[in-house]
Amino acid sequence: MEDEIRFSHISMEFPGVLANDDISLSIRRGEVFALVGENGAGKSTLMNILYGINEPTAGELFVRGQKVTAFNPRAAIDRGIGMVHQHFMLVPSFTVAQNIVLGQEPRKAGALFDNRKAEQLTRQLVAEYGLEVDPTAEVRDISVGLQQRVEILKTLYRGAEILILDEPTAVLTPQETDELFEVIRSIVREKNMTVIIITHKLYEVMAISDRVGVMRAGKLIGVKNTAEVDEHILASMMVGRPVLFDHLDKIGEPGAVAIEVKDLFVADNRGLPAVRGASFAVRKGEVLGIAAIEGNGQSELLEAITGLRKIERGTVTVCGQNAVGKTPGEIRAMGVSHVPEDRLSTGVDKVASVADNLLTGRQREKRFNRFGFHQRRSTIDRYAQELYEKFDIRGAGIHIPVGSMSGGNMQKVVVAREFTFDSPALVISQPTRGVDIGAMEFFHTRIIERRNAGAAILLSSADLDEVFRLSDRIITLYEGRVTGEFRADAITKEEIGFYMTGARKEAEQ
Amino acid sequence: MHNNIWSTIFDPGTFSQMLRSATPVALAALGGLMTEHAGIMNIGMDGMILMGAFVAAVGSYFCASAAMGILAAMLFGILIGLFFALFTVKLKSDEFIIGCALNTFALGVTAFLSREIFGLSGTSGYAVPSLPNVTIPLIDRIPFVGKVLSGHSIFVYVTWLLVFLMWLFVYRTPMGLWIRASGESPETLRTVGKNPERMKWIASILCGVFCGLAGAHLSLGYLNGSFVEGMSASRGYIAFACVIFAAANPPRAYIAALMFGFFDALGLRLQSYVSSDLTGTIPYLITIIMMVYVVVSRQKRRERLAKQQLQRLEP
Repeated sequence: MEDEIRFSHISMEFPGVLANDDISLSIRRGEVFALVGENGAGKSTLMNILYGINEPTAGELFVRGQKVTAFNPRAAIDRGIGMVHQHFMLVPSFTVAQNIVLGQEPRKAGALFDNRKAEQLTRQLVAEYGLEVDPTAEVRDISVGLQQRVEILKTLYRGAEILILDEPTAVLTPQETDELFEVIRSIVREKNMTVIIITHKLYEVMAISDRVGVMRAGKLIGVKNTAEVDEHILASMMVGRPVLFDHLDKIGEPGAVAIEVKDLFVADNRGLPAVRGASFAVRKGEVLGIAAIEGNGQSELLEAITGLRKIERGTVTVCGQNAVGKTPGEIRAMGVSHVPEDRLSTGVDKVASVADNLLTGRQREKRFNRFGFHQRRSTIDRYAQELYEKFDIRGAGIHIPVGSMSGGNMQKVVVAREFTFDSPALVISQPTRGVDIGAMEFFHTRIIERRNAGAAILLSSADLDEVFRLSDRIITLYEGRVTGEFRADAITKEEIGFYMTGARKEAEQ
Repeated sequence: MHNNIWSTIFDPGTFSQMLRSATPVALAALGGLMTEHAGIMNIGMDGMILMGAFVAAVGSYFCASAAMGILAAMLFGILIGLFFALFTVKLKSDEFIIGCALNTFALGVTAFLSREIFGLSGTSGYAVPSLPNVTIPLIDRIPFVGKVLSGHSIFVYVTWLLVFLMWLFVYRTPMGLWIRASGESPETLRTVGKNPERMKWIASILCGVFCGLAGAHLSLGYLNGSFVEGMSASRGYIAFACVIFAAANPPRAYIAALMFGFFDALGLRLQSYVSSDLTGTIPYLITIIMMVYVVVSRQKRRERLAKQQLQRLEP
């Protein structure tokens, strides 16, 4: 195998940050190369250099032996490089065909866009690569998995021989992930393409890649043949110290019911039923995980329990008290803490300082007040500093706006705040979305700590591994209904996938 | 008396006036839909129209040619489009503020210059060549329809052509795709090697030119060769409403402008029955109702689509 791409002593310096530090790496034609690393390790920066979005401040890049001089996406496309970004680069109101040809449109009569030709070309691509998708559908109407296919087809239309996939599975269901991997294998096998996949899910590295490069803090730590490593080795390389997965000690037996949901109906933003007759209970000292594909009512369910969304029908009882029709504040007072799904919009106040965000929910406590309105700044700062250190938040101190921190640290702020209420019940959604592996381990430990301390924890996560790791029991949700309830140690991921897509298990009493 | 009102309303004169009133709004809306597609909120159209009207009148007066007046307005439109893009695209200022500033500035500067050049009483004593009205042979002989369609300023007919050309441009050319993409998803456009900012500049310039044309029509066509202070009379805002109402689709924007034109004409007709202060509010009232309709119908449409999707999921 020859070298398709060669990075030679590449460095990339942004003001104040050395994002890539003297990286030399060769990628061979016809291989699947995985690039792993924590958030901010410099993976995306390196790939943006390859795709011509960034011009390196030092070093040289060779594609098929040719030195790259022009760094812009246009030139990269001409070199046969295609990139599927983490956030899809698609125009929602355009059709699939229009999105695929955008920028290189077939024309008729010299100046007019030939839509029919575009659709025909799309059909040819679909047939050639076996990526089934309707060319005339509008992109906003198709599923995320299909949108990703459109992205891949888009690069193939542009004659890509090197395909860069940035966190491609972050938004996919297990089934869609399998399909994607099948597509990757087939284009590598049949078209001899080179695929680079950026990810932080290590089992995917094991499943799909031939070789893997690990990055940490801007440096390339090592390149290995995938067959010669395992997930633990990779995790330690990424974090720079041994990562102790699989050692979550769950102690104690579940106690009294803390959250009870009966026959719950909740509507989504469009007024359509999102949760349709869900019933379950969470006991003290256990984690109940919700396994569901995004959009099956789990978000609305958690919002309803925490008082953020109106309950249409049914009952929610928290620690013996009725929670229907109560405000989020009242439900908090009953003893429910909430780590919301979208930390940016509901988890933190982006423009407020770290200290103020840590204080939120306690601002009325006597110790932070004077005459009921004057804040005791020094007490607040001392309190915030204490949490800042205890929860290992890393940033420029407690006085900077939360919005300027990385996603993982922002999440630590939310968790630090919510986990210190010592509430008997915790509702946690997507605790580690966009969070790197080191922080993930930290969050998991904290969650189990609260569990062992006797808190009832309701957990929803798009990461099925996470649900399995943390939960004592798991319920599957499909189209707003509970399709099954399982002991986490008595079922496999594959079986769960079955219930997540609509199969039903008769409720065991 | 009632009979009288109805015959006044459904007189061919009403519909003829509808076309006249709709045209400047439609021209500005054609410009406004370009910026709308490019993702720029453009509330500065009113100022653009006003300045266009003034420049057209001045150009026409000094060159003693209406055609030169139109040309001047279009060239000025390019300038104002460049100016608008400089602030909103290049310097990334707040579009709303720049639009407001443009409107306020236009009011002041045109009033000032008009008084400097033409004196306090405006252009009334000056010979500003205007555009002739066009009689369409044959059609003008058809009863009713002839009276409605024939005998307008050439702008009315040119606008029809422009509506079609703009539809073609927006939906049937590569650049139309790029401009729409630059508004809806600029980074997407950038990753396929096109510069979204460049598309925004182009849209902004086109908008300036169309607003210049709308202004030229006001001073040289609609009012037969005169400039009056503040003569845009919020047509730029109405045009903006038409753009939103039509989801920036040219033919639909034209229909929206016709609706405005109809109620404007109606207001003029009803002046003999009701106070003109009251009738003058009709087109603006209708605009508000139109906007409410837009919001409500979009909501309805979303719900309907969602219901359909749900039904597809569980047969």
